Amino acid sequence: MYSEKVMDHFMNPRNQGEITEADGVGEVGNPTCGDIMRIFLTVKDNIITEVKFQTFGCGAAVASSSMATEMIKGKTLEEAWEVSNKAVAEALEGLPAIKMHCSVLAEEGIHKAINDYRIKHGLEPWVEKNPHSHDHHGHEDETCST
Amino acid sequence: MTAERIVYMDHSATTATDPAVVDAMIPWFSKGYGNPSSLYRIARESKTAVEKARSQVATALGAQPDEIYFTSGGTEADNWAIKGIAFANRKKGNHIITSAIEHHAVLHTCEYLEKQGFSVTYLPVDETGQVRISDLKDAITDQTILVTIMFANNEIGTIEPIAEIGKICRERGVYFHTDAVQAIGNVAIDVVAMQIDLLSLSAHKFYGPKGIGALYIRKSVRIDNLLHGGGQEKRKRAGTENIPGIVGLGLAIERAIARMDEQNKRVSALRDRMLDGILKNIPNTRLNGHPKERLPGNLNVSFDFIEGESMLLLLDHFGICASTGSACTSGSLEPSHVLLATGLPAETAHGSLRLTLGAENTDEDVDYVLEQLQKVVIRLREMSPLYADHKKRSCNV
Repeated sequence: MYSEKVMDHFMNPRNQGEITEADGVGEVGNPTCGDIMRIFLTVKDNIITEVKFQTFGCGAAVASSSMATEMIKGKTLEEAWEVSNKAVAEALEGLPAIKMHCSVLAEEGIHKAINDYRIKHGLEPWVEKNPHSHDHHGHEDETCST
Repeated sequence: MTAERIVYMDHSATTATDPAVVDAMIPWFSKGYGNPSSLYRIARESKTAVEKARSQVATALGAQPDEIYFTSGGTEADNWAIKGIAFANRKKGNHIITSAIEHHAVLHTCEYLEKQGFSVTYLPVDETGQVRISDLKDAITDQTILVTIMFANNEIGTIEPIAEIGKICRERGVYFHTDAVQAIGNVAIDVVAMQIDLLSLSAHKFYGPKGIGALYIRKSVRIDNLLHGGGQEKRKRAGTENIPGIVGLGLAIERAIARMDEQNKRVSALRDRMLDGILKNIPNTRLNGHPKERLPGNLNVSFDFIEGESMLLLLDHFGICASTGSACTSGSLEPSHVLLATGLPAETAHGSLRLTLGAENTDEDVDYVLEQLQKVVIRLREMSPLYADHKKRSCNV
């Protein structure tokens, strides 16, 4: 069901943990739906110098969190904002269709963490250019029913 | 690198075919290939083998051989029982009663019948997964033609009060079907004493082959055919008989009944020791299903703050085969309908684990699973934001 890359990131997650004094924190998902991702960022001179994640969810959710954090580490906030769920899924050598929402959560988690940083610094939050049409597993206030 | 050791604890999904059963089946693939509908000797031998198996199944259920019909498995048997009763008795009424925790072979069949104009009542269950007799009594109307309630639940192992349900149905003149796929070989069944009109079973749940099952239909029950074609199975179930499968089913059920008491005693002791170990060593954990009225090998436990699929992947890494619920729903994102029906919150249902023990499991298996499971739960909780929040709350109290 899962690619070797997904299993590698699930079995050996990169950047797992918490940054206690994070500059930005983003949380997405819903325990009712079975997925929650929390992304922590440390930002210096507009560059993400440290990133950690906590995830409650399936193998794809853990692997997506791990891969997404790898992909944004060392990037500027603008570059990190552009990392799409598709890019995360491709880097994982694909996800089953039923699990693509996990990569969406990773993208959203990063966006939330970046906007949390921006708001804390008195900046306007960035607006999603292509908001995902979430029928499932997208927002904290949505139910799981499809 | 994955573990070389394999500990199979998913016997509710399927069982390994008993080698004695395989041996009994093999000749019927090669020398005994005659079609039992033909007239020559090798065909008659096939026919004799089918009738022997029919007697073996009947004996196991306390039924008569001519009340046993072979099917392709439990799903076909459930479909035949429910659709067959519904369509044959439509003039009498259009109401069917089932429970909220049935297998999808029953639930989806009932949903199909709703689209055909039938009305279905889905009885709730209590927190242990049992149907309340008072709810059943209240639900039966003069339009009710069928009650279909499973004998034992495939996820949480709860055994339903079948004899009581049978008594009520007989008194009210309503047919009673039970999906006994999980119960055969684990629970003593007597269709006459329990007043069961139709019963479904499947061989691969009791160390028989896959792709073969049976439906018991009490004599005089009015039922339509599901499959139409040739005149096999007394013109009730068309299709050339699966002779090796039928032979395997017959022997498997005979052997399962013969060793049932001894195996139940051994397996339930292993199961209880595992439960004690889990509850003692892993906090924030609970047993799902009935504490006593449950299948001997079934253990269904929820672990707070973690998700089931991740647990399964890590257990698989250690060579442990388990399930988060029904194997049929492993492609679904929704939490188990059974656990939700018992009142479990969705987030807890997501963290459920089903371990079903069977013939080959040992004390060493239990020790190994306990050791690895504890590691897996700790590892996933360390990753979980829900557990991080829980720890912070605990520190602040």
